[in-house]
Amino acid sequence: MRFFSLPDYQLIMLNWFHRLGAPRSFYEISGRLLPVLWVLSGLSILTGVIWSLGFVPEDYQQGNSVRIMYIHVPAAIVAQSGYAMMAVAGAVFLIWRIKIADVALQCAAPIGASITFLALVTGAIWGKPTWGTWWVWDARLTSTLVLLFLYLGIIALRSAMENRESAGRATAMLALVGVVNLPIIKYSVDWWFTLHQPSSFSLGEKPAMPAEMWIPLLVMVLGYYLFFFTLWATRMRVEILNREFRTDWVQRLVVGS
Amino acid sequence: MNNLTTFIEMGGHGLYIWSAYGITAVVFAYNIVRPILMRKEIISAQRRLLQQQAKPAGKENS
Repeated sequence: MRFFSLPDYQLIMLNWFHRLGAPRSFYEISGRLLPVLWVLSGLSILTGVIWSLGFVPEDYQQGNSVRIMYIHVPAAIVAQSGYAMMAVAGAVFLIWRIKIADVALQCAAPIGASITFLALVTGAIWGKPTWGTWWVWDARLTSTLVLLFLYLGIIALRSAMENRESAGRATAMLALVGVVNLPIIKYSVDWWFTLHQPSSFSLGEKPAMPAEMWIPLLVMVLGYYLFFFTLWATRMRVEILNREFRTDWVQRLVVGS
Repeated sequence: MNNLTTFIEMGGHGLYIWSAYGITAVVFAYNIVRPILMRKEIISAQRRLLQQQAKPAGKENS
């Protein structure tokens, strides 16, 4: 006995939508949006860089090294929310078997790994002049290192598995399990005694620094988010071309270009 | 010129600041270039495959 009593043609339509419609329409819509995304992310990051290097005042305690904050904090924020978005894609793939969600999961991992790497490296470089050390095994730093390993694990797991369907399911599971790490990163500075300072930014709260310091930081955070989405969509388009090779529209595109 | 050297030195923190920004720039550049190269690779591989398929089966013998 069938649970749903959809007419066959609707089932076929749904199936068709899941199989072909989504990747192709994603490819077309993202193709129109991407030029705008590239310009917006480029402009906001360029503005933020010029502002943070040339115009932000020195910190009265940290001196000029505070300028590293403008590339460290956005990287740390996007590293974590990028992971959350990737895990959502994994959940969507596991529940609804939507192919594009697996493409999203696969393409977010290398970008997320890069940005987590940047958060760790810029943090270490900032730590040296302010804390006097490159690295300590405290909760915030260690859990962020675990985040990097999660991203790398997802990349490695996918490349180790031959079958795309089971690789998709396995990486989605790993991504979901790894979500446990996110609250640990977030609350590590409150739960344990750490060298790392508490968050400089939180939603709905007044930042603990003057406007001339936090406005450029906001610009950089926005720029990093835009850049993340731009890279994500760009990689997804490439992966769609790779996976949908047998479809007519991709073959026409390959021959035409 | 004096302004430029103070800007580069950043009150003694220059090496830290410029290396942090430099590494970020390199990683960003890699992330921009990588999908462009992958796209080229995939398209040329697919084009080769299509050309092979388009060849008539008996052509190698002639």
